[in-house]
Amino acid sequence: MSEHKITLTVNGREMSGYAEARVTLVDFLRDVLGQTGTHIGCEHGVCGACSVVLDGKPVRSCLMYAVMADGHEITTVEGLEGPEGELSPLQDAFWENHAMQCGYCTPGMLIATHTLLQENPYPDEAEIREAIGGNLCRCTGYQQIVEAVQMTAKKIREAS
Amino acid sequence: MDDTTASQEFRYITKKRRVTEDRRFITGRGHFAADYNFPGLLHVAMVTSPYACAEIKGIDATAALALPGVRYVLTGAELFENINPLLSGLDLPNVKRIPLAHERARYAGEWVAAVVAESRHIAEDAVELVEVDYNPIDFVIDPEEAMQSDAPLVHPQHGSNILCDKTWVWGDVDDDFASAPHNLSFRAKWSRNSTVPIETFVVTAKWDEGKDVLDVWASIQMPKYPEQIARALSLPVNAVNVHFDVDVGGSYGLKRGIRQTVIVSYLTCKLRAPVRFNEDRLENMSGGEMHGPDRIFDMDVAYNDDGVMHSLKIKATDDAGCYPGRAPLQLGKPVSAIVGPYRIKSASYNAISVTTNKTSQEAVRGFGQAPTNFAIETMVDKVARALGMNRDEVRRRNLIRADEFPYRIPSGSEYDSGDYHAVLDKLQDSAGWQELLAKRDALRAKGKLAGLGMSTCLEPSGGNSSFEPFLNPKNDTTTWMESCLIKVDMLGSITALMGTSTSGQGHETLLSAVIGEVLERDPDTIRGVHAESLGALPSNSPVGSRMAIMLGGAAAGAAEKIKKQLLEIAAHNFQLPVERLVYDGGDISVDGDPDKVMTWNTLVDIAHRNYHKMPLGSEPGLQAQHTWEVPTGGALPAEDGTVQMYPCYAFEAHIPLVTIDPDTGQVEILDYHMGHDCGTVLNPDIVRGMTFGGIAHGIGAALYEKFEYDEGGQHLSGSFMDYLLPSSHEIPHVEMIKHYTPSPLTTFGQKGSGESGYLGAPAAIASAVNDALAPLGKSIETLPMRVRDLEALINGQTE
Repeated sequence: MSEHKITLTVNGREMSGYAEARVTLVDFLRDVLGQTGTHIGCEHGVCGACSVVLDGKPVRSCLMYAVMADGHEITTVEGLEGPEGELSPLQDAFWENHAMQCGYCTPGMLIATHTLLQENPYPDEAEIREAIGGNLCRCTGYQQIVEAVQMTAKKIREAS
Repeated sequence: MDDTTASQEFRYITKKRRVTEDRRFITGRGHFAADYNFPGLLHVAMVTSPYACAEIKGIDATAALALPGVRYVLTGAELFENINPLLSGLDLPNVKRIPLAHERARYAGEWVAAVVAESRHIAEDAVELVEVDYNPIDFVIDPEEAMQSDAPLVHPQHGSNILCDKTWVWGDVDDDFASAPHNLSFRAKWSRNSTVPIETFVVTAKWDEGKDVLDVWASIQMPKYPEQIARALSLPVNAVNVHFDVDVGGSYGLKRGIRQTVIVSYLTCKLRAPVRFNEDRLENMSGGEMHGPDRIFDMDVAYNDDGVMHSLKIKATDDAGCYPGRAPLQLGKPVSAIVGPYRIKSASYNAISVTTNKTSQEAVRGFGQAPTNFAIETMVDKVARALGMNRDEVRRRNLIRADEFPYRIPSGSEYDSGDYHAVLDKLQDSAGWQELLAKRDALRAKGKLAGLGMSTCLEPSGGNSSFEPFLNPKNDTTTWMESCLIKVDMLGSITALMGTSTSGQGHETLLSAVIGEVLERDPDTIRGVHAESLGALPSNSPVGSRMAIMLGGAAAGAAEKIKKQLLEIAAHNFQLPVERLVYDGGDISVDGDPDKVMTWNTLVDIAHRNYHKMPLGSEPGLQAQHTWEVPTGGALPAEDGTVQMYPCYAFEAHIPLVTIDPDTGQVEILDYHMGHDCGTVLNPDIVRGMTFGGIAHGIGAALYEKFEYDEGGQHLSGSFMDYLLPSSHEIPHVEMIKHYTPSPLTTFGQKGSGESGYLGAPAAIASAVNDALAPLGKSIETLPMRVRDLEALINGQTE
């Protein structure tokens, strides 16, 4: 099968590689570009572990072909830190609240809630639960994740 | 002990402290098994059987091998000739387990051949080209049908589908039943489900030709993994190096991929290239080590007018699936707490393990305890209902009292400590039991089906292997240890090694907190390391809710040895006996003369560089290992059938309030309260998280999750579209209160919490649903209580 050249902006850096048309975006990110922070859970769009931000919106990178992302802008979990490697307030709150155990769904959870807070900096619990409703976690029962997002929102409120 | 006194005794443990491991996970820098890459890596995809049972008459891989990029097609026949069968928990010499089906495929989805190619895509393409000549034959799916004499045999050489049928009687069961004014019996079912991690099983093996070592990177959580690999491949264990620093993306008991590992290990030796098998979701759910207990309980209980229960008979029929592995042992572990937290003075237990043409059952969180707790709690609710008593009152009358510990149950386990009444009181108080009853009744008054649930359950912890000799007399294993090695380097920093992987339990954090506590050094300066198996110490891995107890105890023991060495060095240099010295934060001073002090750095320097200042004949450097046996372990079951199983018993009580939509059968959880006592809590955030996660697993098991098979033996739940996992919408906010009854058997009074929540939530949800159904005069004793099951029950289509 022939390969296509794909160029995209990942976490502010332009990156390119070659992939067959059938290669999913998540496989391309992980196997071709070496960005292994994004994880594969179900490969049928249910678990949300592979979530990335594409042009400002969260998407399932297992449900997109890499060629479809050619020319687009992507943020993965590796792109949430500041320029000096400082944790974002959301990452810091995930750490402070132990909003994970095994860490496998965490990149997707961070992407989902990062996007939520960009659109709605003051979400209530129901809105947080709605935002992560498409991201499955088997370790936490979601509670400490909700608490981490609530803490971040509180900090945003206090800072503004 | 209340919250304050629990933490005042300690400097670092019991306090809020960030979890070391979390930092790599929030920045995308975890190192999961699929994140390791190797030049020339080959990928495996599986050819699976479409039949519930079929003879394999031949496999033609010609077309597959002709596809560019395909390197090999491995069959069960080749493996059978070249490896040793995998370990079985029971003594079943005629039930051979080979990683790929050999001569006969025994369940739909079983792996029949492994295709190896330069990419997973090519391997999957080639799977379609492998031609297998099957001869479908009779199969059996229902475990009770499988026990009939005319049932098709899953393993004809074994001569029966019954793998184990044993009965134990502890105490005067017949007399107690005869003398009790009441008894009741019922059947409860726990359907096949599991804890389903989001990461599938992933393993990469690479034969290092320069060293003659098999390197393995796997998402594994299993005791004796390197030894099992070595045995299967006839290698010495010192030629197998398992990299335990791989982060495991959830396991909860399940990640036991020895079949997967033996396949890629065999292939890497054969093909002289690194080989990976990264299960896709279907391979994982239908063919992998993914299914948990699948159990029918027939329960009888004898009780008085006042609700006091005297005796209990349990018959548990468990469907192990087609290859038993360790599955039948999950019938043995619940003997640890076979009468729950209750003063039931006699009991009998009939444990039956049956093989059927389904995917094999593997270990799941609690190792059979959650289903058993569900059956026992259903029984308590039924006693209350039969007598018209309150469910909390019946429990209070039967719970073991605080002044009765240590308490020996009829089957021989001695419960270490507890104050069950205090936890239940505290929980009902904080939850507002009366207000919740009023809320339920107000909902009912509005025409809703509303129910308040209750469960009071135990979590046996500090896992050992007592169930192995208990169910298999040929197995005389009584050793179940854990180890830690602490090294203080020349510049004074502390590194601690453990010989196991972690799947979210925070063992690095555990080591640093415990060692910091003993040596009075800042845990943030202490590094916990997952040693690779060739550099590791004996471990039995994080199973049986044991690491807070066992790894915590090993680390504390090693740290005490380090402290003793430091004191001996100081005593030698002060020319004073150790008893005259004071250890404070790593510095050592003379009692009554605080100006005479040797600092941590000085003492470390002496240990590493000044042998002339060391006590005569002492070992240079500063390192200590501690390996210890599980408390109360070390004995075989007694001849009278009694056995001390796990050492420590945590207690949990749950109160959920639910409504059921009468039109759709949908259950909504309005409130969820839980009281928990796992002794001294080493890290509050970790225990909270495990408990919330356990409750979520329990809600899944109670309401949603089931590996379903149709009459043709086809597995219907191979994806997350068919196997329903609860999301943040289904899992409610949980209000948890803590109580602290320390264990007298452990270093700091800690008990296990790795299974907390899960061991009581299914029972509590079932209790709430049945309370909601009670006004209709209906009940349900089968989990999961799915929407369609409840809708049919409520609307009269089922009994």
